[in-house]
Amino acid sequence: MSNWDRFVETFFNAKVMAKYLPDIAHGMVVTLELAALVIVSGIAAGLALALLRSLGLRPLNLLIVFIVDLFRALPPLVVIVFIYFGLPAAGLSPSGFVSTWLSLALVLMAFSEEIFWAGITSIARGQWEAARSTGLSYGQTLMNVVLPQAIRLTIPPLTNRTIAITKGTALGTVVAVSEILGMASSAVSNSYNPSPLTLGAGAYLIIFFPMVVFGRWLETRMRWKR
Amino acid sequence: MQLVVEARGLHKHFGAVHVLRGVDLAVAERELVFVIGPSGSGKSTLLRCLNRLEEPSSGSVLVDGVDLLDPRTDINHARQRIGMVFQSFNLYPHMTALGNVTLALRKVAGKSRAEADELGRAALARVGLADRAGHTPGELSGGQQQRVAIARAIALEPRVMLFDEPTSALDPELVGSVLGVMRDLRESGMAMVVVSHEMGFARNAADRVLFMDHGTILEEGPPAAIFQAPSHERTRAFISQIQRH
Repeated sequence: MSNWDRFVETFFNAKVMAKYLPDIAHGMVVTLELAALVIVSGIAAGLALALLRSLGLRPLNLLIVFIVDLFRALPPLVVIVFIYFGLPAAGLSPSGFVSTWLSLALVLMAFSEEIFWAGITSIARGQWEAARSTGLSYGQTLMNVVLPQAIRLTIPPLTNRTIAITKGTALGTVVAVSEILGMASSAVSNSYNPSPLTLGAGAYLIIFFPMVVFGRWLETRMRWKR
Repeated sequence: MQLVVEARGLHKHFGAVHVLRGVDLAVAERELVFVIGPSGSGKSTLLRCLNRLEEPSSGSVLVDGVDLLDPRTDINHARQRIGMVFQSFNLYPHMTALGNVTLALRKVAGKSRAEADELGRAALARVGLADRAGHTPGELSGGQQQRVAIARAIALEPRVMLFDEPTSALDPELVGSVLGVMRDLRESGMAMVVVSHEMGFARNAADRVLFMDHGTILEEGPPAAIFQAPSHERTRAFISQIQRH
């Protein structure tokens, strides 16, 4: 057997792949569910925190900044392990799925809050003044004038961050979530062949490549002429 | 004569800097008051105190009889009566010209979208931009943007319009169109307070010219008197300096 044949046999073993394809497909569904939950709840929570922060209440802002800095500093895996193995001691026993979702959503919340906040503060004072001078309230100005502009500015960093953090769903394998990597790993140990990992990589590409392309499309669409 | 703006004893401190040092200003209906003065003399701050974009440190401001500094006053409601035009236009870049004009009509004046659109188009027509309603600010020249900004303010039917150096950011060839709109507005009887260096406009259109220096109104009078025979040396020096350009 040549080296090449051995390589194909190891990583592209058709028989092994066919056998474990349903498992990987199931993992894909779990990964997709996790990803969707993380993105929606993480970004919504980040936006909510940024809006709260814009009220300018000092004690609240100190708390928000502390929480945000905490989750920006901690590695996502540490957060997952903490929630999964730590919370049961406090009487709560979240599943691996919930632990992974919560952890990644908290991390995405922290980063997206910072991104939204940077967007809000980058809108020129004159925009606030023009809107307020016509009688719009603080909240109306924020929602109708500042936020729509801020969100356009935040799309590129936000899509980047979202993709980076959402790929962290693979960390769920540590707490026994049956997502793609988890399914692929157990298939590898059952079949003594790494081909399921190749399948897994393909599955990740199928999910995340369109997301990257969608992010790029969104960035182009959200630009406007000054 | 009915007073539209009545400001008394205005003081404004920015930290240790005393920007306004006791300014009184009364503007009557249909009156155009023109404010000149060197940079840093407090002209813009005075203007911004008149709609409380800047909070005066002390003094009182009445617009259309409403005490703006009274905590019981609904400032957002009062501001509909005070239009403001800024040096840098400050149009909302993510909205069309019509969207810029109708936002406050819908959100503050409570008009339906159809009503707001109609009023918005009428306001754009008044500034000669009926055909630009669907353009975004990025697609308009500076002069057109400033006229949209004027339309945004007049659509709310204010009792007084405040202009903060409305032509300073414009290329010289675009200044005329904005001054033309301001002249029309004046002829329609709008009370106006204009901070500007357009001395020609002041000469033709102003009822009264104020010269501000170091946070006080040093002198005031009809344009002819201020420009031809100022009584203060500082006014004289300022005017001759401006006119040398």
